[in-house]
Amino acid sequence: MTTTVQTAEETSLIKEVDVHLTIKRFNPEVDVRPHWREYDLKLKSSDTVLNALIAVKGTIDGTLSFRRSCAHGVCGSDAMMINGENRLGCVNLISSVGTDLVIEPVRGLPVIKDLVVDMEPFFAQYRSVLPYLIADDDPGYKERYQSPEDRARFDDTTKCILCGACSTSCPVYWANGSYIGPAAIVNAHRFIFDSRDQAANERLDILNQKSGVWRCRTSFNCTEACPRGIKVTEAIEEVKRAILYDRS
Amino acid sequence: MNIHYHSYDAVIVGAGGAGLRAALETAGNVRTAVITKLYPTRSHTGAAQGGMCAALSNVEEDYWEWHAFDTVKGSDYLGDQDAIDIMCREAIDAVIDLEHFGLPFSRTPEGKIDQRRFGGHTRNHGEAPVRRACYAADRTGHMILQTLYQQCVAADVNFFNEFQVFDVLFDGEGASRRAAGVVAYELATGDLHVFTSKGVLFATGGYGRIFQITSNAHTLTGDGPGVLFHRGIPLEDMEFYQFHPTGIYGIGILLTEGARGEGGILRNGLGERFMERVAPTVKDLAPRDMVARAIHAEIKEGRGAGPDKDYVYLDLTHLPPEQIDAKLPDISGFVRTYLGLEPKTDPIPIQPTAHYAMGGIPTNVHGEVVIDANNTVLPGLYAAGECACVSVHGANRLGTNSLLDINVFGRRGGRAMAEYVKEVDHPDLPRSVVDPTRERIDAMMHSSGSEKVGAIRSELQVAMMRDASVVRTGESLQDALRVIHELRDRYEKVTIDDKGSVFNYDLTEALELGSLLDIAEVLVLGADARKESRGAHWRDDFPTRDDVNWMKHTLAYRDESGAIALDYKPVVQGRYEPMERKY
Ligand SMILES: Cc1cc2nc3c(=O)[nH]c(=O)nc-3n(C[C@H](O)[C@H](O)[C@H](O)COP(=O)(O)OP(=O)(O)OC[C@H]3O[C@@H](n4cnc5c(N)ncnc54)[C@H](O)[C@@H]3O)c2cc1C
Ligand code: SF4
Ligand code: FES
Repeated sequence: MTTTVQTAEETSLIKEVDVHLTIKRFNPEVDVRPHWREYDLKLKSSDTVLNALIAVKGTIDGTLSFRRSCAHGVCGSDAMMINGENRLGCVNLISSVGTDLVIEPVRGLPVIKDLVVDMEPFFAQYRSVLPYLIADDDPGYKERYQSPEDRARFDDTTKCILCGACSTSCPVYWANGSYIGPAAIVNAHRFIFDSRDQAANERLDILNQKSGVWRCRTSFNCTEACPRGIKVTEAIEEVKRAILYDRS
Repeated sequence: MNIHYHSYDAVIVGAGGAGLRAALETAGNVRTAVITKLYPTRSHTGAAQGGMCAALSNVEEDYWEWHAFDTVKGSDYLGDQDAIDIMCREAIDAVIDLEHFGLPFSRTPEGKIDQRRFGGHTRNHGEAPVRRACYAADRTGHMILQTLYQQCVAADVNFFNEFQVFDVLFDGEGASRRAAGVVAYELATGDLHVFTSKGVLFATGGYGRIFQITSNAHTLTGDGPGVLFHRGIPLEDMEFYQFHPTGIYGIGILLTEGARGEGGILRNGLGERFMERVAPTVKDLAPRDMVARAIHAEIKEGRGAGPDKDYVYLDLTHLPPEQIDAKLPDISGFVRTYLGLEPKTDPIPIQPTAHYAMGGIPTNVHGEVVIDANNTVLPGLYAAGECACVSVHGANRLGTNSLLDINVFGRRGGRAMAEYVKEVDHPDLPRSVVDPTRERIDAMMHSSGSEKVGAIRSELQVAMMRDASVVRTGESLQDALRVIHELRDRYEKVTIDDKGSVFNYDLTEALELGSLLDIAEVLVLGADARKESRGAHWRDDFPTRDDVNWMKHTLAYRDESGAIALDYKPVVQGRYEPMERKY
């Protein structure tokens, strides 16, 4: 039996391209304030922005610092601002974002060095929403059952990789240090709508506080920024509705 | 450079699935520090896609003994059968534990944990594929990592995030040594931290970055095995390195075996389903070593696809589009992003990708590190997860058995360590224990050579891929060894640009390269010595398994001068007699 086969080359034209990078640099040991540096290099159009940064670090300037691990969009290490938008470096190809790239650290979290920001405030917000299953019943030595429909109810928000792209794209988050941010709400949503969990009310109380969901101005930046395609704004709206109508 | 001193009962190095599962056993029980070079949720466990096997019998008849049989056979009879029995029996509890922790498994219509087929897992000793893999779409590892981390947040586990361990400490000399802590480098400040502790558990994951094409993260550089090897702890079975058949062509990103579990088919450049010839019963769901070699053979014999005929296809085009969306959403996204192809209509170019280390730090079934052929325990030292070798995977790991391994042996290691540290005194170490690490870092910071980390690393990766991957010969391994020795000399002259103390990844990558070189050398030496073909270790010059001479585990030791010696220890036999592996 045979099938028609196409080659990768037929569908995606891989070519060599000149890439111009403008990167916002900051080294706390020598710089008073951030400054821009420019780099020119040859890459393949199929390379990612992360590949470009690795090439700069490996061949031009080893002092450039940025986080990276998985290199395929599942670990959440390399959220950064690429041409003004929050993206993961490793899932954006030169062929789609262009050859003239402006790269900055994400906003709203303190910059430590170059593209590396302090993630501690972000993880503290995450921890504050009780991001773990709370269920007092003892299921014994067997699994709890959950229907596929109940499982589907919170599927979208289980995909979060805690990259921070959403929170750091939010104008309210930039302006107001106390806003808990979309990522924490996404992770609360993941448990509030899990049929096995029993602590929805506690989480809704936390998110009903001044730092919580009511700060959201539904600008949809977070939804556009999310590399996992999570409908972040919708999740926030669902939490708002639950606070208004479902809280017992 | 500032130096800080900490004292704990137990230290866990690594916060992937194995480290976090261990932490859940120790934290709240004994004073525990978890040290990790990445934020826990960045660990590569999160990349695992396909599933975790356990004979739950939720969708069809199954027994843990069948699972054990498949694992022994999959291991090409190099797995230790006592450990395999434990893993397959405790698999059921491990899945139930995860469900209780909140893991959002995919469910059957009745609401039970759903199960699917996976390579090498069969009903009744090889009759037909069985549905044994528990999963959460193609994000099983992500869900395991998130769930275990969530539980650690609930248990208020003490994390030292972005701290990289570069040395292990011992109390006493020679045969009376016991583990006494670690030295870690804090990425944010460049400070060194000495953690003294009664127990140390290593869970640093794999080292796929010795190869050019790999499914492993940039950070999987074998730090744990590297550190211990330097302190005289042997490494076991390092020549057994698994290549997963379906990596995205040219990049290595994994496309889960679950894709074939859902009905995906491998085709060569002529469109032929070549696995029908190689494994008539289970076809595309044969174990990974066989499928990777079959792909290698298709390409070598000129039946590859593409302009250079150097890849084959994973074909999902006949699957219902809804099934692809529901069961394989993430990998479909990878194909769209990195190849610009649509898996519903386009066959996907793939090649084998360096994936999983069967070998590692030798342990017994309690996660205790054992340091010789008599399985002598080094008190206080533990290892679990991919960096460890129990050995449950032998010469070839079955898909889904690593997520299982990290849960079962992470838990066992954590428990054993928690019990042990209650019985012993706190070690008393001089402050000078930090000196070797400080000197190493100072030397690298002041180096003025001409060699670059990136260049040496990529030459190593290319050589290992060419000479020591899916198919090896005595000659290719000698070539690899020559390259490694030459790169080692050049590594002496390596220099870094960044001389600063804040997030100096230039420095940490240079130090990681030292481990990569060590591990590559051990792998090649073990492979060169082993004159047979077994599991993932295939020698074209010795193409059969030799149970008379080689049914034994390799142990590689390094002495003070840096010379490497090989020794061997017997495989633990059990109820399954070795037989020819046919599928
Ligand atoms: C793409 C992919 C898909 C896979 N799919 C499956 C599957 O479906 N089923 C299955 O069973 N297995 C699968 N595997 C294998 C399995 O995921 C891994 O073997 C397993 O997750 C390893 O877990 P771990 O806890 O040992 O290591 P990791 O999760 O890699 O964690 C390592 C930890 O060690 C830390 N660390 C490393 N070095 C240091 C240091 N020097 N100092 C401090 N900390 C350090 C890191 O920060 C990290 O926290 C897959 C693997 C890959 C790559
Ligand atoms: S919701 Fe999306 S953008 Fe926000 S942290 Fe999670 S994965 Fe990142
Ligand atoms: S490096 Fe992991 S998400 Fe980009």
